[in-house]
Amino acid sequence: MKKILTALFALFALAVPATARETLTIYTYDSFVSDWGPGAKIKEAFEKTCDCTIKWVAPGDGVAVLNRLKLEGKNTKADVVLGLDTNLTAEAASTGLFGKHGVDLSLARTPVAWTDEIFMPFDFAHFAVVYDSQAIKQPPTSLDELVNGDPTQKIVLEDPRSSTPGLGFLLWMKSVYGDKAGEAWKKLRPRILTTAPGWSDAYALFTKGEAPMVLSYTTSPAYHMIAEKTDRYKAASFSEGHYLQIEVAGLIDASPNRALAQKFLQFMMGPGFQDQIPTNNWMLPAGATSAPLPPAFDTLVKPTKTLLFTPEDVAQNRRAWIDEWLNAMAN
Amino acid sequence: MAECDGELNLSPFAISRASALLALGVVLAAVTAGFGPVLAMALYQSPARADPYLFQVVRFTLLQASLSAALSVAFAIPFARGLARRRFAGKDVLVNLLGLPLSLPAIVVVLGIVQIYGRQGWFGGVIEVYGLTGILLAHVFFNLPLAARILLGQLAAIPSESFRLGAQLGFRDRDVWTRIEWPQLARALPGVAILIFLLCTASFTVVLTLGGGPRATTLEVAIYQALRFDFDPPRAASLALIQLAICGSLVLLSYGFSPGAVGMPSLGRFASRYDGTSIAARMADGFAIAMALLLLLPPLLGITLPGLANLSIGSDLLPAAGTSLAIGLASALLAVLIVWPLAQLAARSHWWRRLTPLAMLLGLMVPPAVLATGWFIVLARFSTVSVPAAVLVVGMNALMALPFSYTALAPAVAVAAQRYDRLCSSLGLAGYRRMIVVDLAVLRQPLGLAFLMAAIVSLGDLTAIMLFGSQDFATLPSLIYRQMGTYRMASASGTALILTLFTFVLISLANRWSVADDKA
Repeated sequence: MKKILTALFALFALAVPATARETLTIYTYDSFVSDWGPGAKIKEAFEKTCDCTIKWVAPGDGVAVLNRLKLEGKNTKADVVLGLDTNLTAEAASTGLFGKHGVDLSLARTPVAWTDEIFMPFDFAHFAVVYDSQAIKQPPTSLDELVNGDPTQKIVLEDPRSSTPGLGFLLWMKSVYGDKAGEAWKKLRPRILTTAPGWSDAYALFTKGEAPMVLSYTTSPAYHMIAEKTDRYKAASFSEGHYLQIEVAGLIDASPNRALAQKFLQFMMGPGFQDQIPTNNWMLPAGATSAPLPPAFDTLVKPTKTLLFTPEDVAQNRRAWIDEWLNAMAN
Repeated sequence: MAECDGELNLSPFAISRASALLALGVVLAAVTAGFGPVLAMALYQSPARADPYLFQVVRFTLLQASLSAALSVAFAIPFARGLARRRFAGKDVLVNLLGLPLSLPAIVVVLGIVQIYGRQGWFGGVIEVYGLTGILLAHVFFNLPLAARILLGQLAAIPSESFRLGAQLGFRDRDVWTRIEWPQLARALPGVAILIFLLCTASFTVVLTLGGGPRATTLEVAIYQALRFDFDPPRAASLALIQLAICGSLVLLSYGFSPGAVGMPSLGRFASRYDGTSIAARMADGFAIAMALLLLLPPLLGITLPGLANLSIGSDLLPAAGTSLAIGLASALLAVLIVWPLAQLAARSHWWRRLTPLAMLLGLMVPPAVLATGWFIVLARFSTVSVPAAVLVVGMNALMALPFSYTALAPAVAVAAQRYDRLCSSLGLAGYRRMIVVDLAVLRQPLGLAFLMAAIVSLGDLTAIMLFGSQDFATLPSLIYRQMGTYRMASASGTALILTLFTFVLISLANRWSVADDKA
């Protein structure tokens, strides 16, 4: 018996050096690591810089990632969490699991100055109403025109209760109309063809031609131009400004691989990571790329004004604002 | 010898009772492990507030679910009767088609319906698809075939002696209906209706996408919101309790109406029909079949035709098809293993006959998001090894498939029990020997149907795979979803076509196998 134990112990001891290659576990959203996402190439690029392995864990979308973290608490296996947006960071920070990233804040090339010491941005895009230029010759030029426009020209929206862009549009309405947001929703209501549970459901209805407008991103037309070689789908530029989505990453403070996690966040701001963002994640890079973006990106709408609530504002008011939307839409 | 006799009388029951208890235990444990932790979290915190919106949600949930169930069953009864009475070219293909809708993810069906009846659809403007009409259309598309398939199974189980006797007694079509067909259908109807009702209660994508706005919402959406965006397990738990209370009492109520009678003995040959020869009967059957086809075929074409132009066999397709098949077969096997002993015992015990259907439906009454959260908490706390995602997906799929398999199998098991129990006990056949010699032989067809239905439910699953899946593990539905999530709507329609073909081939093979076996 003793011999067996000794043998087992020896075997175990032998096995340890083989697994000593550090593994960095990164929680992220599903489409980041899908076959068409940037995940695989980023993994390859980072693993060249370290004697380590990246393990992606994708429990769903950004909200699902945060919920997984809440359920696991201190027992989480994550070293890095990548893909929350600024609407979730206040809640994420309040779990107490995240530590300071220690990355130079000035590396962040975001439309708003970056001050968060816990989360570092890796990409961003403004929300926009994307329209079919074959169906609409004169798109709305402001949110107000959208709200008060011809109710036979429909838009497909996403549900703010189940979708990130849906919540983004709710915040957009709130930041433009403030206390009058409920009334604005009531005016917009006849123009809404339907409120889909997620972005992909809404976008599928839009590309089927069911409605000439959909809520998406300023970067959406770049996909159609680059992958489908068509400029049929365009984003409408709104004079009140566009609401911004910034996607961020943070590191788990108690992680045994904290140093490696920090190295990854540093890497995230450079070309090895950022080069993959524009044409794989279809967002704008928040760090340095090795070359200018493809020409299609120059043609995109560049909002003159950026709208963004603080993470704390969103965390405190989200439920009340969703209830306000429900009241306007469901009665 | 006396010992032997005692064993003979005792063992069939003892064995089936032990395995039925085990099966029931597995189901209850799975549901408790899911619901328990969420409920426990609710107890520590303040309960949810009841707001007017919640009442609206409950009202709409009940309205659309009961309308969907009523319409599906109303169309399914004449359709199934027509199918049972008529022989026509392509009938086998048509029956196989009935299995397809269940295997399709909701968003695929929604897009198929929009392709036909949407604003830019082929028959655009015929109906307004965004609103209650669209929701009902989608739900009937899913559930009319399900109801028809189960009811057809019921009608096929009527012994040919009944029809021959009816013909000898000079039964008219109406007598055949009231004396032979209806009593047989009535046994399955409450189960079918409640199954459809529960499926529609849990409907999510259909209701939101075609509903037009938050006015059309089910409790399921509210529960999902509470668990996800708000991460408010107490509210989710109280909403889930409301859902459980409503659905549970409806299930109990509907089984109160179920006569639960057992069929008559027969030689088990396929029934020859002597009725329905009049022109009026032919026209009625033709009309019922045409109506059902009119509801089913256009959306199916709307799903498959756009895919034709976008068929591409990418490197991701084969692994996804393989994963789908493996998960489908594993879930179906698990579901049948659970359903089999329970159906056996329910055939012989009054109490189990009441209890089992309720237990089978539990997995549909507790929302999957709640189950997933609970399982996750339990595993994180008590499990030292990490359970592979595939195991959890198979477990949840099997749980969701139980009522389908049970509905397909239980009536046939009840008939077989009545038919062969005395013969078996006089021959001294019991336990596993009886299972192999008698039950597996006479129950091959319903068993195959139970397996097939569970596999189909699992093939179309997008819920469990989204809740537990990881990136290196994709099924055909999750591949469709990922393609859609990265702007690849055209590729997604190609994958949807492949999923449809794939399921159709599986169904056809399964049916060919069961028919071939009958002839042997």
